[in-house]
Amino acid sequence: MVNANVEGKKYPATEPYLVGREKIREFAHAVMSTNSVNHDVFAAQAAGYTDVVAPPTFAVVIQERSLATVLGDPQADIDFSRVVHGDQRFVHVRPIVAGDELTSQLTVASVKSLGAHSMITFETQIFDASSALVCTAISTLVVRGDE
Amino acid sequence: MTHINIAGLEVGQEIGSREFHLTRDSLVRYAGASGDFNPIHYRDDFAAAVGLPGVLAHGMLTMGVAVQVAADWIGDAGRVIDYGVRFTKPVVVDAADGAILKVVGKIGEINAETGDVRVDLTATFNDTAVLGKAQARVRL
Repeated sequence: MVNANVEGKKYPATEPYLVGREKIREFAHAVMSTNSVNHDVFAAQAAGYTDVVAPPTFAVVIQERSLATVLGDPQADIDFSRVVHGDQRFVHVRPIVAGDELTSQLTVASVKSLGAHSMITFETQIFDASSALVCTAISTLVVRGDE
Repeated sequence: MTHINIAGLEVGQEIGSREFHLTRDSLVRYAGASGDFNPIHYRDDFAAAVGLPGVLAHGMLTMGVAVQVAADWIGDAGRVIDYGVRFTKPVVVDAADGAILKVVGKIGEINAETGDVRVDLTATFNDTAVLGKAQARVRL
């Protein structure tokens, strides 16, 4: 059972993550993107960006780093082997581009129990080097209890 | 601005579709790119031991490929400003044959004032929807 007392808990910001151009290309390839702004610097610049643009779900890479801090928190008591991803959302203020240096801060938005299962919703705010909000990633995990 | 004229759009209109062939190679590639190395996405013995019907695609891979239909339509992936899904059914990826994911995008909502359009995506595997409420808001 997830500890309901972690609801509202804010975890420390993660170390800056430098978004590399090849990392974006690698991720874009993995999600089968044929969108030129994800691969081609000139196409991205022609569209008004400083460098290649990350695909819409790339922020998961940053979210995972914040999530790791919660999964490692003994107070939260989350058994990762019982975790199923319930839903996911990314709300962007602007797209992530190569060269961004991103930090993230996670808040436990809610903890609910559903019979033996727990549903825990995280809100991860992702900021750039000037502390401007780039994206909010919202993720709900279902933690299966004993059947 | 994009090449799309908002005045010419209608709710319910299909904006594109694509079939994605997910193979074990796709899963390994996504594991590396995303950093999600949960063995249920590449080890049959592990998947079986935890009671799964087989090796599953990462939900985030399914989510990530489905939105490509909206990104292809708009032409600039950076204009997908809000995207959310529910993971409703797993995609079992056969070692030899992989899995075919079919994605269709339709216009769900049009906001002429902001220039935002909601694209509703359906993603099916073996004729079963695997994502629920998959909605991508794009800025024209």
